[in-house]
Amino acid sequence: MNWEAIWAIARKDVTVALRTRAVALPLALVPLVLMVGVPVLVGLISGMAARLEIAPADVDVLSRPMPPGFDARYAGLNDAQLGYIYFIVYLFAPMYLILPLMASAVVAADSFAGEKERRTLEALVYSPTTDRELLFAKILGAWIPGALVGLTGFALYVLVGNLMTWYVAQRIVLPNLLWILLAFWVGPAAAALGLGVTVIASSRVNTFQEAYQIGSLIVLPLVLVVVGQAMGAFALSDGLVALFGLALWGVAGGVFALAASTFRRTSLMARL
Amino acid sequence: MDDSDGRFSSFPIIETERLTRAFGQTVAVNALSISIHAGEVFGFLGHNGAGKTTTVRLLNGVIAPTAGAARVFSLDPTAHGHRIRARTGVLTETPALDPRLTARDTLRYFAEIYGVPKQERRRRVDELLEFFELSSRGDHKVGGFSKGMRQRLALARTLIHDPELIFLDEPTSGLDPVAIRDIHRMIERLKQRGRTIFLCTHNLIEAERLCDRIAVMAKGRLLAIGNIQQLSSRLDRGHRISVEVDAADLPRAMQLFLRTPPVVHAEATSNRLADRNGGAQLVLYGVSRHDVPRIIETAMQDGLQLYRVQPEEPSLEDVYFALQEL
Ligand SMILES: Nc1ncnc2c1ncn2[C@@H]1O[C@H](COP(=O)(O)OP(=O)(O)OP(=O)(O)O)[C@@H](O)[C@H]1O
Ligand SMILES: [Mg+2]
Repeated sequence: MNWEAIWAIARKDVTVALRTRAVALPLALVPLVLMVGVPVLVGLISGMAARLEIAPADVDVLSRPMPPGFDARYAGLNDAQLGYIYFIVYLFAPMYLILPLMASAVVAADSFAGEKERRTLEALVYSPTTDRELLFAKILGAWIPGALVGLTGFALYVLVGNLMTWYVAQRIVLPNLLWILLAFWVGPAAAALGLGVTVIASSRVNTFQEAYQIGSLIVLPLVLVVVGQAMGAFALSDGLVALFGLALWGVAGGVFALAASTFRRTSLMARL
Repeated sequence: MDDSDGRFSSFPIIETERLTRAFGQTVAVNALSISIHAGEVFGFLGHNGAGKTTTVRLLNGVIAPTAGAARVFSLDPTAHGHRIRARTGVLTETPALDPRLTARDTLRYFAEIYGVPKQERRRRVDELLEFFELSSRGDHKVGGFSKGMRQRLALARTLIHDPELIFLDEPTSGLDPVAIRDIHRMIERLKQRGRTIFLCTHNLIEAERLCDRIAVMAKGRLLAIGNIQQLSSRLDRGHRISVEVDAADLPRAMQLFLRTPPVVHAEATSNRLADRNGGAQLVLYGVSRHDVPRIIETAMQDGLQLYRVQPEEPSLEDVYFALQEL
């Protein structure tokens, strides 16, 4: 493997993507809104409710079966405080995966479809790389920012989440095993999946926007998980999260295998 | 691999054997057989759609042939494209530069991609920026560059790893005369340094001026190949003499010379110097240098005043258009 070329191509993709407003903006905004904005907002409301000893409407989720050990651990807290901790640790957890998913998808849309749109691909096609090396370089160039945005979001969330649970219930709750699994096992898999889907989409469409939109559709199942959980269909547990990560890696692996078996610069150039 | 051998022996660097590429009904390159040797500047001449770009792509293994075969550095482009591409530099038809990178970053990334040793990268990038007169704009984004600057940067990128074999796909199209002259000088310098150059062009003067050998292509087919002399010898009509007479004498001169063998054809053409001085230029075909005394003698016997008699080499233009008509 020509690692020097692979690394150079990947770094180039990250650099130019970060210089593009359509890429950099969501990369900065989505973590801020999801990992800071939402917990602070919900925390302020819950804090007020806790002081007034009333439970906000959504706290009826507490009547559902709780994750094992939850009740014992947080005995003595009122409903508003319990509700907020549940929200921070469990209910909101699937939404975290939007970060790595979205970040890798937007960078991949730029570095695959965008490169096609700007007609800069030809220079890379002539590089001294094999088809496999070129594909791997492009994948790496989208996966690394996806994984990094995920980890940064995780760090932010631990900070803000703890500050807010302290404010609401005088407890430090993060990170627990579930969140560590999410950040280091499921998140990187989500980044891989988001970019894998975008890579496949990019081979069918011609513009950055189209590729990004199709790639972003992959977020929808996550929203279903959140809703399902809120409706009490299931409760997230460490085992379930670990399994979910495994499934994501499996699907991502399949998508990459498909991409690797179809990615040929010769057929790419025949279409240029 | 025998790169040192190939350089000094007559072993061809590029060899194709009935190389063919079809896109549906269009045969972009049709049974092309050529061989190109180390140190040659090889002109690949043809109109739009002649198959020039497709040939460059085939030779670098970025598209696959539908029939026939090619060898570059004795390697098969389809199987070993990456090893060939490590030793070739390709200036593509469109510069394919990312507008968001600076000139310096562009060269730096491609230096890495082409495996230029770390300790040489900086020097090499600076040298190329300097050489292509881009130093003062090195840290500006390519998005703001003029067409000429982009082309110079693309050429710098092509040369970043000092490739042995350089493909230039219409390097001067759309540039102003000064930029064209600079690029021609660059090509001459590369030639002096022993680099092999595959120059695609539809500019006859460029091919005539720079190339050791020229292949004339039309619709994917090779029409002729050789140096200018060899190509022109294929033309009967190619040799000619231009003469200058008084404008008033033109009809008489025309009649006179048409009766003088071996002139086969005479044509009044405009010549600025002649026109400005009340003269007229006549081009006589079928005659060459050794017919000059006879032309002068005929004119003197008839009392026709000649102001200039000049034998002309057939130009590539003659060859080119004659071949296209075949
Ligand atoms: N990817 C492709 N798909 C379909 N047809 C193609 C493709 N590439 C080239 N062709 C066709 O093959 C023929 C030769 O094209 P090519 O680009 O090689 O010509 P060229 O000599 O480089 O022309 P130009 O001077 O316009 O650059 C043309 O008729 C072109 O339309
Ligand atoms: Mg072309």
